[in-house]
Amino acid sequence: MSDFDTAVRLAYLVSAACFVVGLHLMNSPATARRGNTISAAGMTLAIVMTVAFVAHQGTITGVGWAILVVGTLVGAAAGLFGARQIRMTDMPQLVSLFNAAGGGAAALVALTEFFRVAGHASLDLSTRAAVATVLDVIIGAVTLSGSLIAAGKLQGVVNSAPVTFPAVRLLNAVLALGAVGGGAYLIWGDHTSIPALLVILVLGLVFGVTMVLPIGGADMPVVISLLNAFTGTAVAMAGFVIDNSVLIIAGALVGASGSILTKLMATAMNRSIRNIIVGGFGTADASTVVLATGDQPRSVEADDVALQLAYASKVILVPGYGLAVAQAQHEMAALADLLEKRGVDVSYAIHPVAGRMPGHMNVLLAEANVPYPLLKEMEEINPEFARADIALVVGANDVVNPAARRADSVISGMPILDVDQAKSIVVMKRSMGHGYAGIDNELFTNPKTGMYFADAKSGLATLVAAVKTLVAS
Amino acid sequence: MSETLLSDLSIFVLSLFVGFEVISKVPATLHTPLMSGANSIHGVILVGAMLGAATAHDAVGYTLAFIALAFAASNVVGGYVVTDRMLQMFRRRPEPTPPPSDAEPGQRP
Repeated sequence: MSDFDTAVRLAYLVSAACFVVGLHLMNSPATARRGNTISAAGMTLAIVMTVAFVAHQGTITGVGWAILVVGTLVGAAAGLFGARQIRMTDMPQLVSLFNAAGGGAAALVALTEFFRVAGHASLDLSTRAAVATVLDVIIGAVTLSGSLIAAGKLQGVVNSAPVTFPAVRLLNAVLALGAVGGGAYLIWGDHTSIPALLVILVLGLVFGVTMVLPIGGADMPVVISLLNAFTGTAVAMAGFVIDNSVLIIAGALVGASGSILTKLMATAMNRSIRNIIVGGFGTADASTVVLATGDQPRSVEADDVALQLAYASKVILVPGYGLAVAQAQHEMAALADLLEKRGVDVSYAIHPVAGRMPGHMNVLLAEANVPYPLLKEMEEINPEFARADIALVVGANDVVNPAARRADSVISGMPILDVDQAKSIVVMKRSMGHGYAGIDNELFTNPKTGMYFADAKSGLATLVAAVKTLVAS
Repeated sequence: MSETLLSDLSIFVLSLFVGFEVISKVPATLHTPLMSGANSIHGVILVGAMLGAATAHDAVGYTLAFIALAFAASNVVGGYVVTDRMLQMFRRRPEPTPPPSDAEPGQRP
Protein backbone atom coordinates (compact mmCIF):
# COMPACT_ATOMS: atom_id res chain seq x y z
CA MET A 1 0.00 0.00 0.00
CA SER A 2 1.40 3.38 -1.00
CA ASP A 3 1.55 6.32 1.38
CA PHE A 4 -1.29 7.93 -0.51
CA ASP A 5 -3.52 4.86 -0.14
CA THR A 6 -2.75 4.84 3.57
CA ALA A 7 -3.75 8.49 3.88
CA VAL A 8 -7.04 7.84 2.10
CA ARG A 9 -7.83 4.85 4.30
CA LEU A 10 -7.02 6.83 7.45
CA ALA A 11 -9.28 9.65 6.24
CA TYR A 12 -12.09 7.11 5.78
CA LEU A 13 -11.52 5.99 9.36
CA VAL A 14 -11.83 9.59 10.56
CA SER A 15 -15.05 9.94 8.53
CA ALA A 16 -16.49 6.79 10.07
CA ALA A 17 -15.62 8.11 13.54
CA CYS A 18 -17.42 11.38 12.70
CA PHE A 19 -20.54 9.40 11.73
CA VAL A 20 -20.53 7.56 15.07
CA VAL A 21 -19.94 10.75 17.08
CA GLY A 22 -22.64 12.53 15.04
CA LEU A 23 -25.17 9.81 15.78
CA HIS A 24 -24.13 9.80 19.42
CA LEU A 25 -24.83 13.54 19.76
CA MET A 26 -28.36 12.84 18.51
CA ASN A 27 -29.15 11.63 22.04
CA SER A 28 -30.30 15.13 23.03
CA PRO A 29 -32.03 17.92 21.14
CA ALA A 30 -29.45 20.32 22.60
CA THR A 31 -26.49 18.63 20.88
CA ALA A 32 -28.18 17.01 17.87
CA ARG A 33 -27.54 19.86 15.48
CA ARG A 34 -23.82 19.85 16.27
CA GLY A 35 -23.87 16.08 15.72
CA ASN A 36 -25.31 16.55 12.26
CA THR A 37 -22.61 19.10 11.44
CA ILE A 38 -19.85 16.74 12.60
CA SER A 39 -21.36 13.95 10.53
CA ALA A 40 -21.47 16.26 7.48
CA ALA A 41 -17.82 17.23 8.06
CA GLY A 42 -16.87 13.54 8.07
CA MET A 43 -18.80 13.05 4.85
CA THR A 44 -17.06 16.02 3.20
CA LEU A 45 -13.66 14.59 4.18
CA ALA A 46 -14.53 11.18 2.69
CA ILE A 47 -15.72 12.74 -0.57
CA VAL A 48 -12.75 15.12 -0.95
CA MET A 49 -10.27 12.30 -0.28
CA THR A 50 -12.06 10.10 -2.81
CA VAL A 51 -11.78 12.78 -5.49
CA ALA A 52 -8.08 13.17 -4.62
CA PHE A 53 -7.65 9.40 -4.80
CA VAL A 54 -9.33 9.20 -8.20
CA ALA A 55 -7.09 12.02 -9.51
CA HIS A 56 -3.97 10.43 -8.03
CA GLN A 57 -4.81 7.00 -9.41
CA GLY A 58 -5.01 8.53 -12.89
CA THR A 59 -6.96 5.73 -14.59
CA ILE A 60 -10.10 7.85 -14.98
CA THR A 61 -10.91 9.01 -18.52
CA GLY A 62 -11.87 12.53 -19.52
CA VAL A 63 -15.48 11.42 -20.00
CA GLY A 64 -15.25 9.81 -16.55
CA TRP A 65 -14.31 13.17 -15.00
CA ALA A 66 -17.15 14.92 -16.78
CA ILE A 67 -19.61 12.27 -15.59
CA LEU A 68 -18.25 12.47 -12.05
CA VAL A 69 -18.51 16.24 -11.81
CA VAL A 70 -21.82 16.70 -13.64
CA GLY A 71 -23.52 13.71 -11.98
CA THR A 72 -22.53 14.90 -8.52
CA LEU A 73 -23.59 18.48 -9.17
CA VAL A 74 -26.95 17.47 -10.68
CA GLY A 75 -27.69 15.21 -7.71
CA ALA A 76 -26.52 17.80 -5.19
CA ALA A 77 -28.74 20.47 -6.74
CA ALA A 78 -31.76 18.16 -6.74
CA GLY A 79 -31.13 17.17 -3.12
CA LEU A 80 -30.66 20.77 -2.04
CA PHE A 81 -33.85 21.86 -3.77
CA GLY A 82 -35.89 19.03 -2.24
CA ALA A 83 -34.48 19.62 1.24
CA ARG A 84 -35.19 23.36 1.15
CA GLN A 85 -38.67 23.15 -0.36
CA ILE A 86 -40.16 20.19 1.49
CA ARG A 87 -42.89 20.90 4.01
CA MET A 88 -42.41 19.26 7.38
CA THR A 89 -45.66 17.35 6.98
CA ASP A 90 -44.17 15.79 3.84
CA MET A 91 -40.94 14.66 5.51
CA PRO A 92 -41.89 10.95 5.26
CA GLN A 93 -42.05 11.22 1.46
CA LEU A 94 -38.63 12.90 1.29
CA VAL A 95 -37.06 10.30 3.57
CA SER A 96 -38.59 7.60 1.37
CA LEU A 97 -37.14 9.22 -1.74
CA PHE A 98 -33.69 9.41 -0.12
CA ASN A 99 -34.03 5.73 0.79
CA ALA A 100 -34.82 5.01 -2.84
CA ALA A 101 -31.84 7.09 -4.02
CA GLY A 102 -29.43 5.45 -1.57
CA GLY A 103 -30.65 1.92 -2.32
CA GLY A 104 -30.59 2.59 -6.05
CA ALA A 105 -27.07 4.04 -5.91
CA ALA A 106 -25.86 1.05 -3.87
CA ALA A 107 -27.25 -1.39 -6.44
CA LEU A 108 -25.72 0.69 -9.28
CA VAL A 109 -22.27 0.65 -7.66
CA ALA A 110 -22.36 -3.16 -7.71
CA LEU A 111 -23.71 -3.15 -11.28
CA THR A 112 -20.96 -0.79 -12.52
CA GLU A 113 -18.30 -3.02 -11.00
CA PHE A 114 -20.03 -6.14 -12.35
CA PHE A 115 -20.20 -4.87 -15.93
CA ARG A 116 -16.59 -3.69 -15.77
CA VAL A 117 -15.42 -7.17 -14.76
CA ALA A 118 -17.84 -8.96 -17.10
CA GLY A 119 -16.60 -6.83 -19.99
CA HIS A 120 -13.03 -8.14 -19.68
CA ALA A 121 -12.43 -11.76 -20.60
CA SER A 122 -9.32 -11.79 -18.41
CA LEU A 123 -11.13 -10.68 -15.26
CA ASP A 124 -13.33 -12.76 -12.99
CA LEU A 125 -15.41 -11.83 -9.97
CA SER A 126 -14.29 -13.55 -6.75
CA THR A 127 -16.90 -15.68 -4.99
CA ARG A 128 -16.81 -13.14 -2.16
CA ALA A 129 -17.59 -10.27 -4.52
CA ALA A 130 -20.26 -12.36 -6.26
CA VAL A 131 -22.09 -13.02 -2.97
CA ALA A 132 -21.94 -9.32 -2.06
CA THR A 133 -23.05 -8.30 -5.56
CA VAL A 134 -26.07 -10.59 -5.45
CA LEU A 135 -27.13 -9.31 -2.02
CA ASP A 136 -26.46 -5.68 -2.93
CA VAL A 137 -28.41 -5.82 -6.20
CA ILE A 138 -31.40 -7.62 -4.66
CA ILE A 139 -31.63 -5.45 -1.51
CA GLY A 140 -30.88 -2.24 -3.41
CA ALA A 141 -33.51 -2.99 -6.08
CA VAL A 142 -36.16 -3.88 -3.49
CA THR A 143 -35.37 -0.65 -1.62
CA LEU A 144 -35.50 1.46 -4.77
CA SER A 145 -38.90 0.33 -6.04
CA GLY A 146 -40.37 -0.26 -2.57
CA SER A 147 -39.41 3.23 -1.37
CA LEU A 148 -40.83 4.84 -4.50
CA ILE A 149 -44.15 3.06 -3.91
CA ALA A 150 -44.06 4.07 -0.23
CA ALA A 151 -43.39 7.71 -1.17
CA GLY A 152 -46.23 7.52 -3.71
CA LYS A 153 -48.62 6.18 -1.09
CA LEU A 154 -47.63 8.91 1.37
CA GLN A 155 -48.04 11.59 -1.29
CA GLY A 156 -51.39 10.14 -2.36
CA VAL A 157 -50.18 9.38 -5.89
CA VAL A 158 -50.47 5.64 -5.25
CA ASN A 159 -53.58 4.28 -3.51
CA SER A 160 -52.69 4.37 0.17
CA ALA A 161 -55.22 1.67 1.00
CA PRO A 162 -53.77 -1.85 1.05
CA VAL A 163 -53.75 -3.01 -2.58
CA THR A 164 -53.98 -6.77 -2.62
CA PHE A 165 -54.65 -9.30 -5.30
CA PRO A 166 -55.38 -13.00 -4.80
CA ALA A 167 -52.08 -14.55 -5.79
CA VAL A 168 -49.80 -11.96 -4.15
CA ARG A 169 -48.27 -14.50 -1.79
CA LEU A 170 -47.74 -17.01 -4.58
CA LEU A 171 -46.19 -14.29 -6.75
CA ASN A 172 -43.87 -13.22 -3.93
CA ALA A 173 -42.83 -16.83 -3.39
CA VAL A 174 -42.09 -17.23 -7.10
CA LEU A 175 -40.11 -13.96 -7.12
CA ALA A 176 -38.11 -15.04 -4.08
CA LEU A 177 -37.38 -18.46 -5.59
CA GLY A 178 -36.32 -16.87 -8.87
CA ALA A 179 -33.99 -14.44 -7.09
CA VAL A 180 -32.45 -17.25 -5.02
CA GLY A 181 -32.00 -19.31 -8.19
CA GLY A 182 -30.38 -16.43 -10.11
CA GLY A 183 -28.20 -15.59 -7.13
CA ALA A 184 -27.09 -19.20 -6.67
CA TYR A 185 -26.14 -19.43 -10.33
CA LEU A 186 -24.00 -16.28 -10.04
CA ILE A 187 -22.31 -17.48 -6.88
CA TRP A 188 -21.69 -21.15 -7.69
CA GLY A 189 -22.07 -21.15 -11.47
CA ASP A 190 -20.88 -18.34 -13.70
CA HIS A 191 -19.69 -15.31 -11.69
CA THR A 192 -20.07 -12.98 -14.64
CA SER A 193 -23.36 -14.12 -16.16
CA ILE A 194 -25.08 -10.92 -17.26
CA PRO A 195 -28.52 -12.56 -17.86
CA ALA A 196 -28.55 -14.01 -14.33
CA LEU A 197 -27.72 -10.59 -12.87
CA LEU A 198 -30.44 -8.89 -14.89
CA VAL A 199 -32.92 -11.54 -13.71
CA ILE A 200 -32.23 -10.87 -10.04
CA LEU A 201 -32.28 -7.11 -10.65
CA VAL A 202 -35.73 -7.23 -12.28
CA LEU A 203 -37.11 -9.69 -9.70
CA GLY A 204 -35.84 -7.39 -6.92
CA LEU A 205 -37.56 -4.38 -8.46
CA VAL A 206 -40.85 -6.26 -8.88
CA PHE A 207 -40.64 -7.65 -5.37
CA GLY A 208 -40.23 -4.14 -3.94
CA VAL A 209 -43.54 -3.19 -5.57
CA THR A 210 -45.46 -6.30 -4.54
CA MET A 211 -44.08 -6.03 -1.01
CA VAL A 212 -45.17 -2.42 -0.36
CA LEU A 213 -48.41 -2.22 -2.39
CA PRO A 214 -50.43 -4.45 -0.02
CA ILE A 215 -49.35 -2.43 3.03
CA GLY A 216 -51.77 0.21 4.28
CA GLY A 217 -50.96 3.89 4.75
CA ALA A 218 -51.12 3.64 8.54
CA ASP A 219 -48.33 1.04 8.54
CA MET A 220 -45.98 3.42 6.72
CA PRO A 221 -43.90 4.31 9.83
CA VAL A 222 -42.83 0.66 9.99
CA VAL A 223 -42.27 0.38 6.24
CA ILE A 224 -40.10 3.52 6.01
CA SER A 225 -37.98 2.32 8.93
CA LEU A 226 -37.59 -1.11 7.36
CA LEU A 227 -36.63 0.32 3.97
CA ASN A 228 -34.15 2.58 5.78
CA ALA A 229 -32.55 -0.52 7.29
CA PHE A 230 -32.52 -2.13 3.82
CA THR A 231 -30.74 0.87 2.33
CA GLY A 232 -28.06 0.73 5.01
CA THR A 233 -27.56 -2.98 4.37
CA ALA A 234 -27.36 -2.42 0.61
CA VAL A 235 -24.68 0.26 1.13
CA ALA A 236 -22.71 -2.08 3.40
CA MET A 237 -22.93 -4.80 0.72
CA ALA A 238 -21.61 -2.32 -1.85
CA GLY A 239 -18.71 -1.83 0.56
CA PHE A 240 -18.06 -5.58 0.42
CA VAL A 241 -18.17 -5.54 -3.38
CA ILE A 242 -15.53 -2.85 -3.79
CA ASP A 243 -13.76 -3.59 -0.48
CA ASN A 244 -14.31 -0.15 1.04
CA SER A 245 -14.40 0.17 4.82
CA VAL A 246 -16.25 3.48 5.12
CA LEU A 247 -19.17 2.11 3.08
CA ILE A 248 -19.32 -0.97 5.30
CA ILE A 249 -19.24 1.03 8.53
CA ALA A 250 -21.77 3.67 7.41
CA GLY A 251 -24.06 1.01 5.95
CA ALA A 252 -23.95 -1.03 9.15
CA LEU A 253 -24.73 2.05 11.27
CA VAL A 254 -27.76 2.89 9.15
CA GLY A 255 -28.82 -0.77 9.08
CA ALA A 256 -28.73 -0.82 12.88
CA SER A 257 -30.62 2.48 13.13
CA GLY A 258 -33.34 1.35 10.73
CA SER A 259 -33.70 -1.99 12.51
CA ILE A 260 -34.12 -0.37 15.92
CA LEU A 261 -36.75 2.05 14.60
CA THR A 262 -38.57 -0.76 12.78
CA LYS A 263 -38.73 -2.77 15.99
CA LEU A 264 -39.90 0.24 18.04
CA MET A 265 -42.61 1.15 15.52
CA ALA A 266 -43.88 -2.41 15.19
CA THR A 267 -44.06 -2.73 18.99
CA ALA A 268 -45.87 0.58 19.29
CA MET A 269 -48.44 -0.55 16.70
CA ASN A 270 -48.76 -3.96 18.29
CA ARG A 271 -47.94 -5.72 15.03
CA SER A 272 -45.11 -8.05 14.24
CA ILE A 273 -42.92 -7.09 11.28
CA ARG A 274 -43.75 -10.44 9.72
CA ASN A 275 -47.45 -9.69 10.12
CA ILE A 276 -47.09 -6.35 8.34
CA ILE A 277 -44.93 -7.59 5.48
CA VAL A 278 -46.28 -11.08 4.84
CA GLY A 279 -49.85 -10.58 5.97
CA GLY A 280 -50.55 -7.26 4.34
CA PHE A 281 -53.59 -5.75 5.95
CA GLY A 282 -56.98 -7.21 6.55
CA THR A 283 -55.73 -10.72 7.14
CA ALA A 284 -55.59 -10.19 10.89
CA ASP A 285 -58.60 -11.27 12.92
CA ALA A 286 -60.68 -8.10 13.06
CA SER A 287 -63.53 -9.41 15.19
CA THR A 288 -64.84 -6.40 17.03
CA VAL A 289 -65.36 -6.43 20.74
CA VAL A 290 -68.92 -5.44 21.55
CA LEU A 291 -69.02 -2.86 24.30
CA ALA A 292 -70.55 -4.27 27.45
CA THR A 293 -72.03 -0.95 28.42
CA GLY A 294 -74.68 0.58 26.25
CA ASP A 295 -73.36 4.07 26.93
CA GLN A 296 -73.82 6.70 24.30
CA PRO A 297 -71.01 9.23 23.79
CA ARG A 298 -71.62 12.66 25.27
CA SER A 299 -71.24 15.51 22.80
CA VAL A 300 -69.82 18.87 23.94
CA GLU A 301 -69.63 22.33 22.38
CA ALA A 302 -66.58 24.50 21.76
CA ASP A 303 -67.51 27.01 24.49
CA ASP A 304 -67.75 24.28 27.15
CA VAL A 305 -64.37 22.91 26.14
CA ALA A 306 -62.81 26.39 26.10
CA LEU A 307 -64.18 27.09 29.57
CA GLN A 308 -62.81 23.84 30.92
CA LEU A 309 -59.40 24.48 29.36
CA ALA A 310 -59.15 28.10 30.49
CA TYR A 311 -59.85 27.28 34.14
CA ALA A 312 -57.81 24.09 34.38
CA SER A 313 -54.50 24.04 36.21
CA LYS A 314 -53.00 21.15 34.26
CA VAL A 315 -53.80 20.30 30.63
CA ILE A 316 -52.33 17.45 28.57
CA LEU A 317 -52.66 17.69 24.80
CA VAL A 318 -52.69 14.40 22.88
CA PRO A 319 -52.00 14.99 19.17
CA GLY A 320 -52.43 11.99 16.87
CA TYR A 321 -52.21 10.95 13.24
CA GLY A 322 -55.35 12.97 12.44
CA LEU A 323 -53.66 16.18 13.57
CA ALA A 324 -50.71 15.50 11.27
CA VAL A 325 -53.02 14.79 8.34
CA ALA A 326 -55.03 17.96 8.99
CA GLN A 327 -51.74 19.92 9.45
CA ALA A 328 -53.21 21.48 12.58
CA GLN A 329 -49.96 21.68 14.56
CA HIS A 330 -49.87 25.49 14.43
CA GLU A 331 -53.43 25.77 15.78
CA MET A 332 -52.59 23.36 18.59
CA ALA A 333 -49.48 25.36 19.49
CA ALA A 334 -51.51 28.58 19.47
CA LEU A 335 -54.01 27.05 21.90
CA ALA A 336 -51.22 25.82 24.18
CA ASP A 337 -49.59 29.24 24.07
CA LEU A 338 -52.81 30.96 25.07
CA LEU A 339 -53.37 28.56 27.98
CA GLU A 340 -49.78 28.90 29.18
CA LYS A 341 -50.16 32.68 29.28
CA ARG A 342 -53.08 32.11 31.65
CA GLY A 343 -50.76 30.09 33.90
CA VAL A 344 -52.09 26.68 32.86
CA ASP A 345 -49.50 23.88 32.99
CA VAL A 346 -49.56 22.50 29.43
CA SER A 347 -47.70 19.48 28.09
CA TYR A 348 -47.95 17.29 25.02
CA ALA A 349 -48.26 13.50 25.17
CA ILE A 350 -46.62 11.97 22.10
CA HIS A 351 -47.29 8.34 21.24
CA PRO A 352 -44.44 6.67 19.33
CA VAL A 353 -46.60 6.22 16.21
CA ALA A 354 -48.26 9.64 16.26
CA GLY A 355 -47.62 11.15 12.85
CA ARG A 356 -46.59 9.46 9.65
CA MET A 357 -43.05 8.36 10.46
CA PRO A 358 -41.08 7.71 13.68
CA GLY A 359 -40.91 10.94 15.70
CA HIS A 360 -42.81 12.89 13.05
CA MET A 361 -45.20 14.60 15.51
CA ASN A 362 -42.25 16.07 17.43
CA VAL A 363 -40.89 17.70 14.27
CA LEU A 364 -44.31 19.10 13.38
CA LEU A 365 -44.72 20.61 16.85
CA ALA A 366 -41.14 21.90 16.90
CA GLU A 367 -41.93 23.61 13.61
CA ALA A 368 -44.97 25.20 15.27
CA ASN A 369 -42.49 26.65 17.78
CA VAL A 370 -43.35 24.34 20.68
CA PRO A 371 -40.32 24.13 23.03
CA TYR A 372 -39.09 20.52 23.10
CA PRO A 373 -39.15 20.17 26.93
CA LEU A 374 -42.97 20.24 26.64
CA LEU A 375 -42.98 17.22 24.30
CA LYS A 376 -43.31 14.20 26.57
CA GLU A 377 -42.76 10.59 25.53
CA MET A 378 -45.30 7.96 26.48
CA GLU A 379 -43.42 6.50 29.48
CA GLU A 380 -42.79 9.97 30.86
CA ILE A 381 -46.32 11.36 30.52
CA ASN A 382 -48.44 8.34 31.48
CA PRO A 383 -48.06 8.78 35.28
CA GLU A 384 -49.05 12.46 34.87
CA PHE A 385 -52.51 11.86 33.39
CA ALA A 386 -54.02 11.21 36.84
CA ARG A 387 -53.05 14.77 37.85
CA ALA A 388 -54.39 16.39 34.68
CA ASP A 389 -57.66 18.31 34.94
CA ILE A 390 -58.31 17.79 31.27
CA ALA A 391 -56.78 15.75 28.50
CA LEU A 392 -57.53 17.02 24.99
CA VAL A 393 -57.21 14.27 22.36
CA VAL A 394 -56.94 15.54 18.78
CA GLY A 395 -57.01 13.06 15.92
CA ALA A 396 -55.86 10.03 17.92
CA ASN A 397 -57.90 6.88 18.34
CA ASP A 398 -56.37 3.44 18.80
CA VAL A 399 -53.40 4.78 20.77
CA VAL A 400 -55.75 6.00 23.52
CA ASN A 401 -58.13 3.02 23.53
CA PRO A 402 -58.23 1.42 26.99
CA ALA A 403 -59.30 -1.85 25.31
CA ALA A 404 -55.57 -2.44 24.78
CA ARG A 405 -55.29 -3.32 28.47
CA ARG A 406 -57.78 -6.18 28.18
CA ALA A 407 -56.82 -9.62 26.95
CA ASP A 408 -59.75 -10.13 24.57
CA SER A 409 -59.18 -7.16 22.26
CA VAL A 410 -57.46 -7.12 18.87
CA ILE A 411 -55.21 -4.38 20.16
CA SER A 412 -54.50 -6.01 23.55
CA GLY A 413 -50.93 -5.47 24.61
CA MET A 414 -50.46 -2.39 22.46
CA PRO A 415 -48.82 0.39 24.48
CA ILE A 416 -51.32 3.23 24.92
CA LEU A 417 -51.45 6.68 26.47
CA ASP A 418 -53.37 6.48 29.78
CA VAL A 419 -55.73 9.29 28.78
CA ASP A 420 -58.65 7.68 30.67
CA GLN A 421 -56.81 8.42 33.94
CA ALA A 422 -57.32 12.17 33.51
CA LYS A 423 -60.02 13.87 35.60
CA SER A 424 -61.83 14.93 32.45
CA ILE A 425 -61.32 14.09 28.78
CA VAL A 426 -62.25 15.87 25.56
CA VAL A 427 -61.85 14.03 22.28
CA MET A 428 -61.79 16.13 19.13
CA LYS A 429 -62.77 13.99 16.18
CA ARG A 430 -64.72 14.43 12.99
CA SER A 431 -67.05 11.49 13.61
CA MET A 432 -67.43 8.35 15.68
CA GLY A 433 -65.55 6.47 12.95
CA HIS A 434 -63.23 3.67 13.86
CA GLY A 435 -59.47 3.92 14.05
CA TYR A 436 -57.06 1.79 12.10
CA ALA A 437 -57.78 -1.31 14.23
CA GLY A 438 -61.45 -1.07 13.28
CA ILE A 439 -62.82 -1.43 16.78
CA ASP A 440 -64.95 0.72 19.08
CA ASN A 441 -63.06 3.00 21.42
CA GLU A 442 -64.17 2.63 25.02
CA LEU A 443 -62.66 5.99 25.84
CA PHE A 444 -65.37 7.74 23.78
CA THR A 445 -68.19 6.29 25.89
CA ASN A 446 -66.40 6.88 29.21
CA PRO A 447 -68.65 9.10 31.41
CA LYS A 448 -65.68 11.46 31.89
CA THR A 449 -65.32 11.97 28.14
CA GLY A 450 -66.89 14.71 26.06
CA MET A 451 -66.83 14.32 22.28
CA TYR A 452 -66.15 17.54 20.40
CA PHE A 453 -67.01 16.78 16.78
CA ALA A 454 -64.86 18.97 14.55
CA ASP A 455 -62.03 18.90 12.05
CA ALA A 456 -58.70 19.19 13.88
CA LYS A 457 -57.63 22.44 12.19
CA SER A 458 -60.89 24.40 12.34
CA GLY A 459 -61.86 22.85 15.70
CA LEU A 460 -58.65 24.02 17.36
CA ALA A 461 -58.98 27.45 15.78
CA THR A 462 -62.53 27.68 17.18
CA LEU A 463 -61.22 26.73 20.62
CA VAL A 464 -58.53 29.41 20.46
CA ALA A 465 -61.14 32.03 19.56
CA ALA A 466 -63.48 30.80 22.30
CA VAL A 467 -60.76 30.93 24.97
CA LYS A 468 -59.81 34.45 23.85
CA THR A 469 -63.45 35.60 24.13
CA LEU A 470 -63.71 34.08 27.59
CA VAL A 471 -60.54 35.71 28.80
CA ALA A 472 -61.57 39.08 27.42
CA SER A 473 -65.01 39.11 29.00
CA MET B 1 -12.25 -17.37 3.78
CA SER B 2 -9.90 -14.68 2.58
CA GLU B 3 -8.10 -12.14 4.75
CA THR B 4 -10.03 -9.21 3.22
CA LEU B 5 -13.40 -10.87 3.73
CA LEU B 6 -12.53 -11.61 7.36
CA SER B 7 -11.54 -8.04 8.12
CA ASP B 8 -14.54 -6.62 6.20
CA LEU B 9 -16.88 -8.92 8.10
CA SER B 10 -15.33 -7.92 11.43
CA ILE B 11 -15.80 -4.26 10.60
CA PHE B 12 -19.41 -4.90 9.55
CA VAL B 13 -20.43 -6.85 12.64
CA LEU B 14 -18.72 -4.51 15.09
CA SER B 15 -20.23 -1.44 13.38
CA LEU B 16 -23.67 -3.03 13.72
CA PHE B 17 -23.10 -3.34 17.46
CA VAL B 18 -21.82 0.23 17.75
CA GLY B 19 -24.89 1.35 15.81
CA PHE B 20 -27.27 -0.51 18.13
CA GLU B 21 -25.53 0.91 21.21
CA VAL B 22 -25.46 4.52 20.02
CA ILE B 23 -28.88 4.65 18.42
CA SER B 24 -30.82 2.97 21.22
CA LYS B 25 -29.97 6.06 23.31
CA VAL B 26 -31.67 8.48 20.91
CA PRO B 27 -34.96 9.77 22.40
CA ALA B 28 -38.23 9.29 20.47
CA THR B 29 -38.43 13.08 20.10
CA LEU B 30 -35.54 12.95 17.65
CA HIS B 31 -36.47 9.84 15.68
CA THR B 32 -37.34 11.71 12.49
CA PRO B 33 -34.08 13.73 12.42
CA LEU B 34 -32.27 10.49 13.35
CA MET B 35 -33.70 8.71 10.34
CA SER B 36 -33.00 11.59 8.02
CA GLY B 37 -29.48 11.90 9.49
CA ALA B 38 -28.96 8.17 8.94
CA ASN B 39 -30.19 8.80 5.41
CA SER B 40 -27.43 11.32 4.79
CA ILE B 41 -24.89 8.87 6.23
CA HIS B 42 -25.86 6.16 3.75
CA GLY B 43 -25.24 8.80 1.11
CA VAL B 44 -21.59 7.84 1.62
CA ILE B 45 -22.34 5.49 -1.27
CA LEU B 46 -21.28 8.57 -3.26
CA VAL B 47 -17.71 7.45 -2.52
CA GLY B 48 -18.48 4.13 -4.19
CA ALA B 49 -20.15 5.86 -7.13
CA MET B 50 -17.07 8.07 -7.66
CA LEU B 51 -14.73 5.09 -7.58
CA GLY B 52 -17.07 3.42 -10.10
CA ALA B 53 -16.91 6.43 -12.40
CA ALA B 54 -13.11 6.22 -12.24
CA THR B 55 -13.10 2.66 -13.61
CA ALA B 56 -15.86 3.07 -16.21
CA HIS B 57 -14.66 2.92 -19.80
CA ASP B 58 -17.75 2.30 -21.91
CA ALA B 59 -21.25 3.69 -22.45
CA VAL B 60 -22.89 1.23 -20.05
CA GLY B 61 -20.38 2.04 -17.33
CA TYR B 62 -20.69 5.79 -17.82
CA THR B 63 -24.49 5.67 -17.74
CA LEU B 64 -24.64 3.54 -14.61
CA ALA B 65 -22.00 5.71 -12.92
CA PHE B 66 -23.87 8.91 -13.79
CA ILE B 67 -27.17 7.70 -12.31
CA ALA B 68 -25.37 6.36 -9.22
CA LEU B 69 -23.57 9.68 -8.71
CA ALA B 70 -26.74 11.74 -9.09
CA PHE B 71 -28.72 9.50 -6.72
CA ALA B 72 -25.97 9.42 -4.10
CA ALA B 73 -25.21 13.16 -4.27
CA SER B 74 -28.89 14.08 -3.86
CA ASN B 75 -28.98 11.72 -0.90
CA VAL B 76 -25.94 13.30 0.81
CA VAL B 77 -26.72 16.96 0.24
CA GLY B 78 -30.49 16.72 0.71
CA GLY B 79 -30.14 14.54 3.79
CA TYR B 80 -27.79 16.86 5.67
CA VAL B 81 -29.63 20.05 4.71
CA VAL B 82 -33.07 18.79 5.70
CA THR B 83 -31.78 17.28 8.95
CA ASP B 84 -30.20 20.60 9.85
CA ARG B 85 -33.42 22.39 8.92
CA MET B 86 -35.36 20.14 11.28
CA LEU B 87 -32.90 20.26 14.15
CA GLN B 88 -32.69 24.05 14.21
CA MET B 89 -36.44 24.08 14.97
CA PHE B 90 -35.94 22.17 18.21
CA ARG B 91 -35.68 24.89 20.83
CA ARG B 92 -35.75 24.85 24.59
CA ARG B 93 -37.56 28.22 24.72
CA PRO B 94 -39.94 29.61 22.13
CA GLU B 95 -38.71 32.34 19.84
CA PRO B 96 -40.08 35.85 20.49
CA THR B 97 -41.58 36.00 17.01
CA PRO B 98 -43.36 32.93 15.64
CA PRO B 99 -42.01 31.57 12.37
CA PRO B 100 -44.05 31.88 9.18
CA SER B 101 -46.48 29.14 8.22
CA ASP B 102 -45.20 25.79 6.98
CA ALA B 103 -45.98 26.72 3.41
CA GLU B 104 -42.88 28.92 3.37
CA PRO B 105 -39.66 27.34 2.15
CA GLY B 106 -37.22 26.69 4.98
CA GLN B 107 -34.52 29.22 5.62
CA ARG B 108 -31.09 28.08 6.53
CA PRO B 109 -29.63 30.19 9.30
